[in-house]
Amino acid sequence: MASDATATALPTVPKELERIPLVSNNRSPGWISDRVAGICEGKTPAWWWAAFIPSLILAGVLLCMLAYQISTGVGVWGNHHPTAWAWDIINFVWWIGIGHAGTLISAILFLLRQKWRTGVNRAAEAMTIFAVMCAGIFPAIHVGRVWFDWFLFPIPNSNSIWPQFRSPLMWDVFAVSTYFTVSLLFWYVGLVPDLAVMRDRAKSKIRQFLYGLFSLGWTGSNRHWSNYEKAYLILAGLSTPLVLSVHSIVSLDFAVSQVPGWHTTIFPPYFVAGAIFSGFGMVLTLLVPLRRWCHLEDIITMRHIDVMCKVTLATGSIVGYAYIMELFISWYSGSPFERFAFLNRIKGPYAWGYWCMMGCNVILPQLFWSKKIRENLWIVFIISILVNIGMWFERFVIIVISLHRDFLPSNWAYYLPSPVDILTYLGTFGLFFTLFLLFMRFLPMIAISEVKGVTPHADPHTVEGGAKGGHH
Amino acid sequence: MNAKIHGIMAEYTTPADAMHAAEKVRDAGFRKWDVFTPFPVHGMDKAMGLKNSKVGWFSFIGGCTGYTTGMLMIWFLNAIDYKIMIGGKPMFSPFSAFPPSYELTILLGAFGAIGGMLFLNRLPRLHHPLLKNKRFALATHDRFFVVIETADPKFNEVETRKLLEAAGSKRIELVEE
Repeated sequence: MASDATATALPTVPKELERIPLVSNNRSPGWISDRVAGICEGKTPAWWWAAFIPSLILAGVLLCMLAYQISTGVGVWGNHHPTAWAWDIINFVWWIGIGHAGTLISAILFLLRQKWRTGVNRAAEAMTIFAVMCAGIFPAIHVGRVWFDWFLFPIPNSNSIWPQFRSPLMWDVFAVSTYFTVSLLFWYVGLVPDLAVMRDRAKSKIRQFLYGLFSLGWTGSNRHWSNYEKAYLILAGLSTPLVLSVHSIVSLDFAVSQVPGWHTTIFPPYFVAGAIFSGFGMVLTLLVPLRRWCHLEDIITMRHIDVMCKVTLATGSIVGYAYIMELFISWYSGSPFERFAFLNRIKGPYAWGYWCMMGCNVILPQLFWSKKIRENLWIVFIISILVNIGMWFERFVIIVISLHRDFLPSNWAYYLPSPVDILTYLGTFGLFFTLFLLFMRFLPMIAISEVKGVTPHADPHTVEGGAKGGHH
Repeated sequence: MNAKIHGIMAEYTTPADAMHAAEKVRDAGFRKWDVFTPFPVHGMDKAMGLKNSKVGWFSFIGGCTGYTTGMLMIWFLNAIDYKIMIGGKPMFSPFSAFPPSYELTILLGAFGAIGGMLFLNRLPRLHHPLLKNKRFALATHDRFFVVIETADPKFNEVETRKLLEAAGSKRIELVEE
């Protein structure tokens, strides 16, 4: 009798129209808690130590390089006249671009009701925060005298002077610090219900206390969920214009100047597309191995990998379009300086960098048109790394190639990085992976309550959710 | 009865059962009660008779404050208190002042949303009678609880228990204060 009621009340979907479920094997909410929280419980796996120790050593290298650079001066870098901006700004733009995918996944895909985001958003947001931390180091130290960094903020001081707000560099200070703060808060708000899950499972007193403290006394009350969901929606709505503005403002650092190759109106959208492109590359680099090592194949499914590859393909194509449009405009502008700047990129002394960028960013992602390639995790992993290498070269091309041959040929020089440049950059990887590994060991790296919410078990109108037909 | 009773707690195994129970409790006219779920259940606000959340207002006020602060601050700093002439441009222009003001709008709007959410939820609150209950730990795992407080004027231990049982709960217990 009950089955009859079910059959009439619930519409049946034809087999060929069924969607691939977001969580494979029809896993229950309890299973999701156990699997995700299990990563933070029990014995630390050997692979974690194998990844953590080298990361920590690299982070130590970063600390030494920063100490050396701050105590000696920016002369320890390869920067010279006319290449006054080099690896410092390349690395800043590169890291902050990587962060953008996290906010895209957490905010824009939330507004677009892309439910697959729940499987990857927590890890992607953590990636954003750690990437912005790595990015923040570079502008802070490239000023040379870091003890004057506070001059950037409008703080009353004994000289009675204020920052100059018509400079895009000041806009950048506001954009990046807001971006970091809002990303951190968004991430933390998302974590609160999951910290309550961890608190309720905790066996030891210390874990109970710490998870309890940071979960703020969350009970799962529906009156709380109601306000919480509204706040989350508003944060997503605020983060969307924020993420688009951050890389636009970063691009204005260049576009507002008059350097040929920088002074173009296409920069803001082109930088944002490139940022999302490189960020998805990093998300794939992190999650393709982690889903296997942490046994999360049912939550981060092949469908997730597939859609992320498609986003990479789409943004990579936008970037490719921007490159070609830049070339066209430099020819069409008729400005000899613009034409020279782009010919110098294509066949100048750094042509290898330009073609490396073109190969990795424009040609390689086109492989993702093939379903076979999107399903081959090894190829996806390798392309995701090459995408990030390509995006690093993009910033190298924009910054170093535009600067090293400026208006006066007597000024021209060939830029080479110093070992301090290279080790500082490698050191930021140490910091990034140290923080990421600590995150995934101590905090739930999948948004537990959100993933539960997209399973059929959570929908009161399905059989799994307890629907028995009737007036619903 | 040596300990004071906070309320009566009924456990449900599916979101549909909890939602039907919530509809019954709402229709019975209770005021001090709540549903506890491991994830937000779509349609539960309606089943409980909750109005649209007021968090938006906090965020709106935060955003307006941010934008006004940004514009006034830049105007005062660069055009009044410490005039800097740059390339013959005006001392204050809303266009160059826009990007920092825009960022401050978002920053204070986000503070408003989070602060408003915490204020409306009366969080953080680290001591709660329900958090001491062993069974209630499943509210963050895979169970759904309806709790009616003794402070509700309509509360009657026998009648309330009957109502929750009729809604399909297999497990009902009293929660100590």
